[in-house]
Amino acid sequence: MLAQQLVNGVLLGATYALFALGFTLMFGVLRVINLTYGFYFSAGAFLSLALTRQLGLGIWAALPLAAIGAGIMAVGIDWLLLTRLRRRATAELDSLMVTLGGVLALYSAMTAWLGPDIRRLPPGLVSADSFVIAGVRITTAQILILGATLLLVALLLALMRGTRLGLAIRAMAEKPDAAGLMGINTARASALVSFISGCLGGAGGVLIGLNFNAIHPYMGETMMLRGFVVIIVGGLGDIRGALIAGVALGVIEVLTAGYISSGLKEAVAFAILVAVLWTRPQGLFGRAVMRRA
Amino acid sequence: MSIPPWLDDLLWTYQNLIHAMGVNGLLALSMYVVLAIGQLSLGQAAFMGLGAYSSALMTLKLKLPFFVVLPASVAAPVLVALLIGVPTLRLSGVYLAIATIGLGEVLRAVYLNVDVFGGALGLNGIPERAETWMIFGILAAGITGLWLVGRSGVGRAMEAMREDPTAAAVMGVNVPRYHLAALVTSAILAGLAGALSAHVSSFIGPNEYGFEPAVTILSFALLGGIGTPIAAVAGAWFLTLLPELMRDLPQVRLTLNGVIIVLAVLFLPRGLLGWRMGRKAA
Repeated sequence: MLAQQLVNGVLLGATYALFALGFTLMFGVLRVINLTYGFYFSAGAFLSLALTRQLGLGIWAALPLAAIGAGIMAVGIDWLLLTRLRRRATAELDSLMVTLGGVLALYSAMTAWLGPDIRRLPPGLVSADSFVIAGVRITTAQILILGATLLLVALLLALMRGTRLGLAIRAMAEKPDAAGLMGINTARASALVSFISGCLGGAGGVLIGLNFNAIHPYMGETMMLRGFVVIIVGGLGDIRGALIAGVALGVIEVLTAGYISSGLKEAVAFAILVAVLWTRPQGLFGRAVMRRA
Repeated sequence: MSIPPWLDDLLWTYQNLIHAMGVNGLLALSMYVVLAIGQLSLGQAAFMGLGAYSSALMTLKLKLPFFVVLPASVAAPVLVALLIGVPTLRLSGVYLAIATIGLGEVLRAVYLNVDVFGGALGLNGIPERAETWMIFGILAAGITGLWLVGRSGVGRAMEAMREDPTAAAVMGVNVPRYHLAALVTSAILAGLAGALSAHVSSFIGPNEYGFEPAVTILSFALLGGIGTPIAAVAGAWFLTLLPELMRDLPQVRLTLNGVIIVLAVLFLPRGLLGWRMGRKAA
Protein backbone atom coordinates (compact mmCIF):
# COMPACT_ATOMS: atom_id res chain seq x y z
CA MET A 1 0.00 0.00 0.00
CA LEU A 2 2.70 2.46 1.03
CA ALA A 3 4.96 1.34 -1.83
CA GLN A 4 2.10 1.85 -4.28
CA GLN A 5 1.49 5.35 -2.98
CA LEU A 6 5.16 6.25 -3.12
CA VAL A 7 5.30 5.16 -6.76
CA ASN A 8 2.15 7.14 -7.60
CA GLY A 9 3.58 10.13 -5.76
CA VAL A 10 6.90 10.03 -7.60
CA LEU A 11 5.09 9.80 -10.95
CA LEU A 12 2.80 12.71 -10.09
CA GLY A 13 5.76 14.64 -8.75
CA ALA A 14 7.66 14.09 -12.00
CA THR A 15 4.95 16.06 -13.80
CA TYR A 16 5.07 18.79 -11.15
CA ALA A 17 8.82 18.97 -11.61
CA LEU A 18 8.45 19.25 -15.39
CA PHE A 19 5.87 22.02 -15.00
CA ALA A 20 7.89 23.93 -12.42
CA LEU A 21 11.02 23.61 -14.53
CA GLY A 22 9.67 25.91 -17.23
CA PHE A 23 8.46 28.35 -14.61
CA THR A 24 11.75 28.53 -12.76
CA LEU A 25 13.73 28.67 -16.03
CA MET A 26 11.77 31.74 -17.08
CA PHE A 27 12.48 33.42 -13.76
CA GLY A 28 16.12 32.39 -13.76
CA VAL A 29 16.84 33.84 -17.20
CA LEU A 30 14.32 36.62 -17.73
CA ARG A 31 13.98 37.66 -14.05
CA VAL A 32 10.20 37.79 -14.22
CA ILE A 33 7.58 35.76 -12.45
CA ASN A 34 5.40 35.07 -15.44
CA LEU A 35 1.90 34.36 -14.20
CA THR A 36 0.61 33.56 -17.70
CA TYR A 37 2.61 30.35 -17.38
CA GLY A 38 -0.41 28.44 -16.03
CA PHE A 39 -2.29 29.27 -19.21
CA TYR A 40 0.26 27.42 -21.35
CA PHE A 41 -0.49 24.38 -19.22
CA SER A 42 -4.24 24.63 -19.97
CA ALA A 43 -3.50 25.43 -23.62
CA GLY A 44 -1.30 22.35 -23.98
CA ALA A 45 -4.02 20.14 -22.53
CA PHE A 46 -6.69 21.59 -24.84
CA LEU A 47 -4.44 21.33 -27.88
CA SER A 48 -3.85 17.65 -27.16
CA LEU A 49 -7.61 17.24 -26.80
CA ALA A 50 -8.22 18.83 -30.21
CA LEU A 51 -5.39 16.89 -31.87
CA THR A 52 -6.56 13.54 -30.55
CA ARG A 53 -10.31 14.09 -30.85
CA GLN A 54 -10.61 16.08 -34.06
CA LEU A 55 -7.56 14.88 -35.98
CA GLY A 56 -7.43 11.41 -34.46
CA LEU A 57 -3.71 11.59 -33.75
CA GLY A 58 -2.05 9.20 -31.32
CA ILE A 59 -0.58 10.47 -28.08
CA TRP A 60 3.01 10.24 -29.39
CA ALA A 61 2.20 12.77 -32.09
CA ALA A 62 -0.19 14.87 -30.01
CA LEU A 63 2.16 15.40 -27.06
CA PRO A 64 5.03 17.08 -28.95
CA LEU A 65 2.65 19.03 -31.22
CA ALA A 66 0.65 20.35 -28.27
CA ALA A 67 3.85 21.28 -26.45
CA ILE A 68 5.18 23.15 -29.49
CA GLY A 69 1.83 24.91 -29.92
CA ALA A 70 1.91 26.07 -26.30
CA GLY A 71 5.50 27.20 -26.79
CA ILE A 72 4.54 29.34 -29.80
CA MET A 73 1.70 30.89 -27.80
CA ALA A 74 4.14 31.65 -25.01
CA VAL A 75 6.50 33.49 -27.38
CA GLY A 76 3.66 35.65 -28.72
CA ILE A 77 2.03 36.42 -25.37
CA ASP A 78 5.31 37.14 -23.59
CA TRP A 79 6.41 39.42 -26.37
CA LEU A 80 3.12 41.29 -26.22
CA LEU A 81 3.09 41.68 -22.45
CA LEU A 82 6.68 41.85 -21.30
CA THR A 83 8.97 43.49 -23.87
CA ARG A 84 7.71 47.00 -23.08
CA LEU A 85 8.38 46.57 -19.38
CA ARG A 86 11.95 45.33 -19.51
CA ARG A 87 13.58 48.73 -19.28
CA ARG A 88 11.25 50.11 -16.60
CA ALA A 89 12.55 50.76 -13.09
CA THR A 90 9.59 48.93 -11.56
CA ALA A 91 9.74 46.03 -14.03
CA GLU A 92 9.43 43.34 -11.35
CA LEU A 93 6.08 44.53 -9.99
CA ASP A 94 4.75 45.66 -13.36
CA SER A 95 5.44 42.34 -15.03
CA LEU A 96 3.70 40.51 -12.18
CA MET A 97 0.62 42.69 -12.61
CA VAL A 98 0.56 42.62 -16.39
CA THR A 99 0.88 38.84 -16.57
CA LEU A 100 -1.78 38.47 -13.88
CA GLY A 101 -4.23 40.61 -15.86
CA GLY A 102 -3.22 38.81 -19.03
CA VAL A 103 -3.81 35.38 -17.57
CA LEU A 104 -7.25 36.30 -16.20
CA ALA A 105 -8.22 37.61 -19.64
CA LEU A 106 -6.87 34.45 -21.31
CA TYR A 107 -8.59 32.03 -18.94
CA SER A 108 -11.95 33.77 -19.08
CA ALA A 109 -11.82 34.21 -22.85
CA MET A 110 -11.03 30.51 -23.11
CA THR A 111 -13.93 29.68 -20.78
CA ALA A 112 -16.28 31.91 -22.79
CA TRP A 113 -15.21 30.14 -25.96
CA LEU A 114 -14.93 26.50 -24.86
CA GLY A 115 -17.18 26.39 -21.80
CA PRO A 116 -16.25 25.57 -18.21
CA ASP A 117 -17.04 21.84 -18.42
CA ILE A 118 -14.54 19.13 -17.72
CA ARG A 119 -13.54 17.30 -20.90
CA ARG A 120 -11.90 13.95 -21.38
CA LEU A 121 -9.37 12.58 -23.82
CA PRO A 122 -10.76 9.95 -26.21
CA PRO A 123 -11.01 6.52 -24.58
CA GLY A 124 -8.38 4.04 -25.69
CA LEU A 125 -5.81 6.77 -26.37
CA VAL A 126 -3.43 4.97 -24.07
CA SER A 127 -3.87 1.27 -23.52
CA ALA A 128 -5.51 0.51 -20.20
CA ASP A 129 -3.05 -2.29 -19.47
CA SER A 130 -1.08 -2.19 -16.30
CA PHE A 131 1.92 -4.04 -15.01
CA VAL A 132 2.49 -5.43 -11.56
CA ILE A 133 6.08 -5.26 -10.40
CA ALA A 134 6.81 -6.50 -6.87
CA GLY A 135 3.21 -5.87 -5.84
CA VAL A 136 3.13 -2.32 -7.23
CA ARG A 137 0.72 -1.60 -10.07
CA ILE A 138 1.86 0.76 -12.82
CA THR A 139 -0.40 1.79 -15.70
CA THR A 140 0.73 2.39 -19.26
CA ALA A 141 -0.21 6.04 -18.88
CA GLN A 142 2.11 6.35 -15.90
CA ILE A 143 4.99 4.78 -17.82
CA LEU A 144 4.34 7.19 -20.67
CA ILE A 145 4.30 10.14 -18.24
CA LEU A 146 7.57 9.11 -16.63
CA GLY A 147 9.26 8.45 -19.98
CA ALA A 148 8.16 11.76 -21.47
CA THR A 149 9.22 13.68 -18.37
CA LEU A 150 12.67 12.07 -18.27
CA LEU A 151 13.15 12.69 -21.99
CA LEU A 152 12.18 16.37 -21.77
CA VAL A 153 14.35 17.01 -18.71
CA ALA A 154 17.30 15.31 -20.41
CA LEU A 155 16.76 17.38 -23.56
CA LEU A 156 16.62 20.59 -21.52
CA LEU A 157 19.79 19.79 -19.57
CA ALA A 158 21.60 18.83 -22.78
CA LEU A 159 20.56 22.10 -24.37
CA MET A 160 21.57 24.22 -21.40
CA ARG A 161 24.87 22.45 -20.67
CA GLY A 162 25.99 21.20 -24.04
CA THR A 163 25.21 23.79 -26.71
CA ARG A 164 26.29 27.33 -27.55
CA LEU A 165 22.64 28.35 -27.31
CA GLY A 166 22.51 27.05 -23.75
CA LEU A 167 25.69 28.91 -22.97
CA ALA A 168 24.11 32.11 -24.30
CA ILE A 169 21.03 31.55 -22.13
CA ARG A 170 23.13 30.90 -19.04
CA ALA A 171 25.17 34.00 -19.77
CA MET A 172 21.96 36.00 -19.95
CA ALA A 173 20.81 34.59 -16.64
CA GLU A 174 24.12 35.68 -15.11
CA LYS A 175 24.38 39.21 -16.52
CA PRO A 176 21.93 40.28 -19.25
CA ASP A 177 23.74 43.52 -20.13
CA ALA A 178 27.16 41.90 -20.37
CA ALA A 179 25.68 39.06 -22.44
CA GLY A 180 24.32 41.65 -24.87
CA LEU A 181 27.74 43.30 -25.12
CA MET A 182 29.35 39.94 -25.85
CA GLY A 183 27.27 39.71 -29.02
CA ILE A 184 24.46 37.53 -27.73
CA ASN A 185 21.17 38.39 -29.36
CA THR A 186 19.28 38.78 -26.09
CA ALA A 187 15.89 39.39 -27.70
CA ARG A 188 16.19 36.12 -29.59
CA ALA A 189 17.46 34.26 -26.54
CA SER A 190 14.53 35.63 -24.48
CA ALA A 191 12.08 34.45 -27.10
CA LEU A 192 13.74 31.05 -27.06
CA VAL A 193 13.45 30.82 -23.28
CA SER A 194 9.75 31.74 -23.55
CA PHE A 195 9.34 29.03 -26.17
CA ILE A 196 11.10 26.36 -24.12
CA SER A 197 9.16 27.13 -20.96
CA GLY A 198 5.89 27.31 -22.89
CA CYS A 199 6.68 23.84 -24.29
CA LEU A 200 7.44 22.48 -20.82
CA GLY A 201 4.22 23.98 -19.43
CA GLY A 202 2.17 22.66 -22.35
CA ALA A 203 3.70 19.18 -22.05
CA GLY A 204 2.88 19.26 -18.33
CA GLY A 205 -0.72 20.04 -19.23
CA VAL A 206 -0.95 17.08 -21.61
CA LEU A 207 0.58 14.71 -19.07
CA ILE A 208 -1.59 15.87 -16.16
CA GLY A 209 -4.61 15.73 -18.47
CA LEU A 210 -3.61 12.13 -19.22
CA ASN A 211 -3.01 11.29 -15.57
CA PHE A 212 -6.32 12.58 -14.21
CA ASN A 213 -8.27 12.58 -17.50
CA ALA A 214 -9.95 15.87 -16.67
CA ILE A 215 -9.30 18.92 -18.84
CA HIS A 216 -10.84 22.34 -18.18
CA PRO A 217 -9.79 25.95 -18.77
CA TYR A 218 -8.76 26.80 -15.20
CA MET A 219 -6.68 23.65 -14.67
CA GLY A 220 -3.56 25.76 -15.10
CA GLU A 221 -4.51 27.96 -12.19
CA THR A 222 -4.78 25.08 -9.73
CA MET A 223 -1.45 23.85 -11.08
CA MET A 224 0.18 27.23 -10.50
CA LEU A 225 -0.13 26.75 -6.75
CA ARG A 226 2.10 23.68 -7.11
CA GLY A 227 4.39 25.69 -9.33
CA PHE A 228 4.77 28.38 -6.65
CA VAL A 229 5.48 25.84 -3.93
CA VAL A 230 8.05 24.01 -6.04
CA ILE A 231 9.99 27.07 -7.15
CA ILE A 232 10.09 28.59 -3.66
CA VAL A 233 11.06 25.33 -1.99
CA GLY A 234 13.59 24.53 -4.72
CA GLY A 235 14.88 28.10 -4.83
CA LEU A 236 13.87 30.72 -7.43
CA GLY A 237 15.62 29.97 -10.72
CA ASP A 238 17.25 26.75 -9.46
CA ILE A 239 16.68 23.95 -12.00
CA ARG A 240 18.01 21.11 -9.87
CA GLY A 241 16.04 22.38 -6.87
CA ALA A 242 12.83 22.44 -8.92
CA LEU A 243 13.32 18.82 -9.97
CA ILE A 244 13.83 17.57 -6.41
CA ALA A 245 11.11 19.76 -4.88
CA GLY A 246 8.63 18.77 -7.61
CA VAL A 247 9.02 15.05 -6.99
CA ALA A 248 8.91 15.61 -3.21
CA LEU A 249 5.69 17.61 -3.50
CA GLY A 250 4.04 14.86 -5.55
CA VAL A 251 4.92 12.27 -2.90
CA ILE A 252 3.70 14.51 -0.07
CA GLU A 253 0.40 15.18 -1.84
CA VAL A 254 -0.29 11.53 -2.49
CA LEU A 255 0.56 10.64 1.11
CA THR A 256 -1.63 13.48 2.45
CA ALA A 257 -4.51 12.32 0.28
CA GLY A 258 -3.95 8.72 1.35
CA TYR A 259 -3.53 9.16 5.09
CA ILE A 260 -5.18 12.49 6.02
CA SER A 261 -7.68 13.89 3.52
CA SER A 262 -7.54 14.56 -0.19
CA GLY A 263 -9.22 17.93 0.40
CA LEU A 264 -6.30 19.18 2.47
CA LYS A 265 -3.46 18.54 0.02
CA GLU A 266 -3.46 22.17 -1.13
CA ALA A 267 -3.32 23.34 2.48
CA VAL A 268 -0.39 21.03 3.22
CA ALA A 269 1.46 22.27 0.12
CA PHE A 270 0.86 25.86 1.17
CA ALA A 271 1.99 25.19 4.74
CA ILE A 272 5.27 23.89 3.30
CA LEU A 273 5.61 27.07 1.23
CA VAL A 274 5.12 29.28 4.29
CA ALA A 275 7.45 27.15 6.42
CA VAL A 276 10.22 27.46 3.81
CA LEU A 277 9.69 31.22 3.57
CA TRP A 278 10.16 31.50 7.33
CA THR A 279 13.19 29.28 7.59
CA ARG A 280 15.02 29.08 4.25
CA PRO A 281 13.73 31.68 1.78
CA GLN A 282 16.71 31.02 -0.50
CA GLY A 283 15.24 27.56 -1.13
CA LEU A 284 16.02 24.25 0.54
CA PHE A 285 19.12 23.74 -1.55
CA GLY A 286 20.28 27.26 -0.94
CA ARG A 287 21.75 27.98 -4.34
CA ALA A 288 19.29 30.52 -5.63
CA VAL A 289 20.40 34.06 -4.93
CA MET A 290 17.98 35.48 -2.43
CA ARG A 291 17.05 38.99 -3.33
CA ARG A 292 16.40 41.29 -0.44
CA ALA A 293 14.22 44.34 -0.78
CA MET B 1 -39.54 59.58 7.27
CA SER B 2 -37.65 62.42 5.80
CA ILE B 3 -36.46 60.45 2.79
CA PRO B 4 -38.67 61.18 -0.22
CA PRO B 5 -40.46 58.08 -1.51
CA TRP B 6 -38.77 58.08 -4.93
CA LEU B 7 -35.35 58.04 -3.28
CA ASP B 8 -36.47 55.29 -0.92
CA ASP B 9 -37.63 53.24 -3.92
CA LEU B 10 -34.38 53.83 -5.70
CA LEU B 11 -32.32 52.79 -2.68
CA TRP B 12 -34.45 49.68 -2.23
CA THR B 13 -34.23 48.63 -5.87
CA TYR B 14 -30.50 49.11 -6.10
CA GLN B 15 -29.68 48.06 -2.55
CA ASN B 16 -27.37 45.22 -3.61
CA LEU B 17 -25.54 47.42 -6.03
CA ILE B 18 -25.09 50.16 -3.44
CA HIS B 19 -23.73 47.66 -0.93
CA ALA B 20 -21.39 46.24 -3.55
CA MET B 21 -20.06 49.73 -4.28
CA GLY B 22 -19.28 50.25 -0.60
CA VAL B 23 -17.65 46.86 -0.13
CA ASN B 24 -15.67 47.08 -3.36
CA GLY B 25 -14.57 50.58 -2.38
CA LEU B 26 -13.09 49.15 0.82
CA LEU B 27 -11.37 46.40 -1.17
CA ALA B 28 -9.91 48.99 -3.53
CA LEU B 29 -8.50 50.86 -0.52
CA SER B 30 -7.07 47.61 0.77
CA MET B 31 -5.27 47.15 -2.56
CA TYR B 32 -4.23 50.81 -2.69
CA VAL B 33 -2.40 50.64 0.66
CA VAL B 34 -0.10 47.90 -0.59
CA LEU B 35 0.42 49.22 -4.12
CA ALA B 36 1.13 52.70 -2.77
CA ILE B 37 4.38 51.43 -1.25
CA GLY B 38 5.33 49.41 -4.31
CA GLN B 39 4.35 45.95 -3.08
CA LEU B 40 1.91 43.55 -4.67
CA SER B 41 -0.30 41.47 -2.40
CA LEU B 42 -2.89 39.33 -4.10
CA GLY B 43 -4.40 38.15 -0.85
CA GLN B 44 -7.15 40.79 -0.62
CA ALA B 45 -9.93 38.42 -1.66
CA ALA B 46 -8.57 35.79 0.73
CA PHE B 47 -8.42 38.31 3.59
CA MET B 48 -11.97 39.31 2.77
CA GLY B 49 -13.02 35.66 2.90
CA LEU B 50 -11.35 35.22 6.28
CA GLY B 51 -13.20 38.28 7.59
CA ALA B 52 -16.48 37.02 6.14
CA TYR B 53 -16.20 33.47 7.45
CA SER B 54 -14.86 34.39 10.89
CA SER B 55 -17.52 37.07 11.41
CA ALA B 56 -20.33 34.84 10.19
CA LEU B 57 -19.22 32.08 12.57
CA MET B 58 -19.05 34.55 15.46
CA THR B 59 -22.59 35.69 14.70
CA LEU B 60 -24.08 32.27 14.02
CA LYS B 61 -22.28 30.02 16.52
CA LEU B 62 -21.24 32.38 19.31
CA LYS B 63 -24.29 34.64 18.97
CA LEU B 64 -22.15 37.72 19.54
CA PRO B 65 -23.63 41.16 18.83
CA PHE B 66 -22.49 42.89 15.63
CA PHE B 67 -20.61 45.70 17.38
CA VAL B 68 -18.29 43.00 18.79
CA VAL B 69 -18.22 40.86 15.66
CA LEU B 70 -17.22 43.65 13.27
CA PRO B 71 -14.00 44.70 15.04
CA ALA B 72 -13.17 41.07 15.86
CA SER B 73 -13.49 40.11 12.19
CA VAL B 74 -10.09 41.67 11.44
CA ALA B 75 -8.26 39.20 13.73
CA ALA B 76 -8.08 36.24 11.35
CA PRO B 77 -6.97 38.25 8.28
CA VAL B 78 -4.35 40.14 10.30
CA LEU B 79 -2.99 36.92 11.74
CA VAL B 80 -2.63 35.36 8.28
CA ALA B 81 -1.14 38.61 6.93
CA LEU B 82 1.53 38.48 9.63
CA LEU B 83 2.20 34.79 9.01
CA ILE B 84 2.89 35.50 5.34
CA GLY B 85 4.14 39.05 5.61
CA VAL B 86 6.84 38.76 8.25
CA PRO B 87 9.08 36.38 6.28
CA THR B 88 8.37 37.75 2.79
CA LEU B 89 8.43 41.51 3.26
CA ARG B 90 12.17 41.58 3.88
CA LEU B 91 12.68 39.91 0.50
CA SER B 92 12.03 41.28 -2.96
CA GLY B 93 8.41 41.86 -3.95
CA VAL B 94 7.95 38.64 -5.89
CA TYR B 95 7.91 36.57 -2.70
CA LEU B 96 4.88 38.37 -1.23
CA ALA B 97 3.02 38.14 -4.53
CA ILE B 98 3.74 34.41 -4.88
CA ALA B 99 2.79 33.64 -1.29
CA THR B 100 -0.48 35.57 -1.45
CA ILE B 101 -1.67 34.57 -4.92
CA GLY B 102 -2.14 30.97 -3.85
CA LEU B 103 -3.75 31.86 -0.53
CA GLY B 104 -7.27 32.28 -1.88
CA GLU B 105 -7.28 28.87 -3.58
CA VAL B 106 -5.85 27.18 -0.50
CA LEU B 107 -8.48 28.70 1.77
CA ARG B 108 -11.16 27.69 -0.71
CA ALA B 109 -10.05 24.08 -0.35
CA VAL B 110 -10.12 24.49 3.44
CA TYR B 111 -13.64 25.99 3.45
CA LEU B 112 -14.82 23.15 1.23
CA ASN B 113 -13.37 20.40 3.35
CA VAL B 114 -13.63 21.50 6.96
CA ASP B 115 -17.12 20.96 8.39
CA VAL B 116 -17.43 24.12 10.47
CA PHE B 117 -17.27 26.24 7.28
CA GLY B 118 -20.29 24.48 5.80
CA GLY B 119 -18.50 22.83 2.86
CA ALA B 120 -19.73 23.56 -0.65
CA LEU B 121 -23.00 25.01 0.69
CA GLY B 122 -21.22 27.75 2.59
CA LEU B 123 -22.87 29.50 5.52
CA ASN B 124 -26.54 30.42 5.27
CA GLY B 125 -28.96 32.52 7.26
CA ILE B 126 -26.48 35.14 8.43
CA PRO B 127 -28.63 37.91 9.98
CA GLU B 128 -28.50 41.11 7.93
CA ARG B 129 -27.01 43.30 10.59
CA ALA B 130 -24.74 45.58 8.58
CA GLU B 131 -26.43 48.80 7.53
CA THR B 132 -25.67 50.84 4.46
CA TRP B 133 -24.48 53.75 6.64
CA MET B 134 -21.97 51.48 8.39
CA ILE B 135 -20.41 50.41 5.09
CA PHE B 136 -20.14 53.93 3.77
CA GLY B 137 -19.09 55.31 7.17
CA ILE B 138 -16.15 52.92 7.31
CA LEU B 139 -15.33 53.64 3.67
CA ALA B 140 -15.35 57.39 4.32
CA ALA B 141 -13.20 56.92 7.42
CA GLY B 142 -10.79 54.77 5.41
CA ILE B 143 -10.49 57.32 2.61
CA THR B 144 -10.01 60.17 5.06
CA GLY B 145 -7.48 58.29 7.17
CA LEU B 146 -5.42 57.20 4.18
CA TRP B 147 -5.65 60.67 2.69
CA LEU B 148 -4.29 62.25 5.88
CA VAL B 149 -1.51 59.67 6.09
CA GLY B 150 -0.73 60.20 2.42
CA ARG B 151 -0.40 63.96 2.89
CA SER B 152 1.92 63.61 5.86
CA GLY B 153 5.60 62.74 5.96
CA VAL B 154 4.60 59.08 6.03
CA GLY B 155 3.03 59.55 2.61
CA ARG B 156 6.25 61.01 1.33
CA ALA B 157 8.11 57.96 2.61
CA MET B 158 5.53 55.69 0.97
CA GLU B 159 5.93 57.38 -2.38
CA ALA B 160 9.71 57.29 -2.11
CA MET B 161 9.59 53.56 -1.37
CA ARG B 162 7.41 52.92 -4.39
CA GLU B 163 9.69 54.81 -6.75
CA ASP B 164 12.99 53.48 -5.39
CA PRO B 165 13.15 51.32 -2.26
CA THR B 166 16.94 51.39 -2.06
CA ALA B 167 17.11 55.18 -2.16
CA ALA B 168 14.30 55.41 0.40
CA ALA B 169 16.12 53.02 2.75
CA VAL B 170 19.32 55.05 2.38
CA MET B 171 17.37 58.17 3.34
CA GLY B 172 16.42 56.48 6.59
CA VAL B 173 13.00 55.03 5.76
CA ASN B 174 12.48 51.76 7.62
CA VAL B 175 11.24 49.92 4.55
CA PRO B 176 10.34 46.50 6.05
CA ARG B 177 8.37 48.13 8.85
CA TYR B 178 6.33 50.19 6.37
CA HIS B 179 5.76 47.10 4.25
CA LEU B 180 4.37 45.18 7.21
CA ALA B 181 2.22 48.08 8.39
CA ALA B 182 0.75 48.45 4.91
CA LEU B 183 -0.01 44.75 4.62
CA VAL B 184 -1.69 44.68 8.04
CA THR B 185 -3.78 47.76 7.18
CA SER B 186 -4.71 46.09 3.93
CA ALA B 187 -5.80 42.92 5.77
CA ILE B 188 -7.89 44.99 8.22
CA LEU B 189 -9.72 46.82 5.43
CA ALA B 190 -10.36 43.61 3.49
CA GLY B 191 -11.47 41.80 6.65
CA LEU B 192 -13.98 44.55 7.43
CA ALA B 193 -15.22 44.44 3.85
CA GLY B 194 -15.73 40.69 4.22
CA ALA B 195 -17.60 40.98 7.54
CA LEU B 196 -19.84 43.74 6.18
CA SER B 197 -20.62 41.92 2.95
CA ALA B 198 -21.42 38.70 4.85
CA HIS B 199 -23.88 40.61 7.04
CA VAL B 200 -25.73 42.26 4.17
CA SER B 201 -26.05 39.24 1.90
CA SER B 202 -27.05 36.53 4.46
CA PHE B 203 -25.06 33.89 2.53
CA ILE B 204 -21.35 33.29 1.92
CA GLY B 205 -19.83 30.49 -0.12
CA PRO B 206 -16.36 29.06 -0.62
CA ASN B 207 -16.08 30.17 -4.25
CA GLU B 208 -16.43 33.90 -3.67
CA TYR B 209 -12.88 34.60 -2.52
CA GLY B 210 -10.65 32.81 -5.00
CA PHE B 211 -8.43 33.82 -7.90
CA GLU B 212 -10.92 35.79 -10.00
CA PRO B 213 -12.03 38.22 -7.27
CA ALA B 214 -8.39 38.68 -6.26
CA VAL B 215 -7.49 39.86 -9.76
CA THR B 216 -10.66 41.93 -10.03
CA ILE B 217 -9.66 43.85 -6.89
CA LEU B 218 -6.31 44.62 -8.48
CA SER B 219 -8.10 45.98 -11.55
CA PHE B 220 -10.10 48.39 -9.34
CA ALA B 221 -6.98 50.07 -8.06
CA LEU B 222 -5.06 50.02 -11.33
CA LEU B 223 -7.92 51.49 -13.34
CA GLY B 224 -8.51 54.35 -10.92
CA GLY B 225 -4.88 54.95 -10.11
CA ILE B 226 -2.79 54.57 -7.00
CA GLY B 227 -1.74 58.18 -6.52
CA THR B 228 -4.63 58.87 -4.14
CA PRO B 229 -7.07 56.65 -2.22
CA ILE B 230 -10.09 58.31 -3.82
CA ALA B 231 -8.90 57.37 -7.31
CA ALA B 232 -8.72 53.70 -6.33
CA VAL B 233 -12.26 53.86 -4.94
CA ALA B 234 -13.48 55.59 -8.10
CA GLY B 235 -11.99 52.73 -10.12
CA ALA B 236 -13.89 50.23 -7.97
CA TRP B 237 -17.16 52.10 -8.43
CA PHE B 238 -16.74 52.31 -12.15
CA LEU B 239 -16.06 48.59 -12.43
CA THR B 240 -18.93 47.77 -10.07
CA LEU B 241 -21.42 49.77 -12.13
CA LEU B 242 -20.12 48.57 -15.49
CA PRO B 243 -21.06 44.88 -15.14
CA GLU B 244 -24.67 45.88 -14.53
CA LEU B 245 -24.72 46.59 -18.24
CA MET B 246 -23.52 43.07 -19.07
CA ARG B 247 -24.70 41.05 -16.15
CA ASP B 248 -25.36 37.95 -18.23
CA LEU B 249 -21.83 37.72 -19.53
CA PRO B 250 -19.63 37.01 -16.51
CA GLN B 251 -16.76 35.62 -18.58
CA VAL B 252 -16.74 38.70 -20.79
CA ARG B 253 -16.63 40.87 -17.67
CA LEU B 254 -13.64 38.95 -16.32
CA THR B 255 -11.86 39.14 -19.65
CA LEU B 256 -12.43 42.88 -19.58
CA ASN B 257 -11.02 43.13 -16.04
CA GLY B 258 -7.90 41.32 -17.19
CA VAL B 259 -7.52 43.50 -20.27
CA ILE B 260 -7.95 46.62 -18.11
CA ILE B 261 -5.02 45.52 -15.93
CA VAL B 262 -2.83 44.83 -18.96
CA LEU B 263 -3.63 48.17 -20.60
CA ALA B 264 -3.31 50.11 -17.34
CA VAL B 265 0.13 48.68 -16.55
CA LEU B 266 1.43 49.07 -20.10
CA PHE B 267 -0.01 52.43 -21.06
CA LEU B 268 -1.49 54.17 -18.00
CA PRO B 269 0.79 53.45 -15.05
CA ARG B 270 -0.84 56.27 -13.08
CA GLY B 271 -4.41 55.07 -13.73
CA LEU B 272 -7.25 57.06 -15.27
CA LEU B 273 -7.25 59.52 -12.39
CA GLY B 274 -3.54 60.15 -12.15
CA TRP B 275 -3.72 62.67 -9.34
CA ARG B 276 -0.94 63.05 -6.85
CA MET B 277 -1.14 64.00 -3.21
CA GLY B 278 -0.65 67.68 -2.52
CA ARG B 279 2.04 68.16 0.10
CA LYS B 280 3.81 71.15 1.56
CA ALA B 281 7.55 71.26 1.14
CA ALA B 282 9.30 69.66 4.10
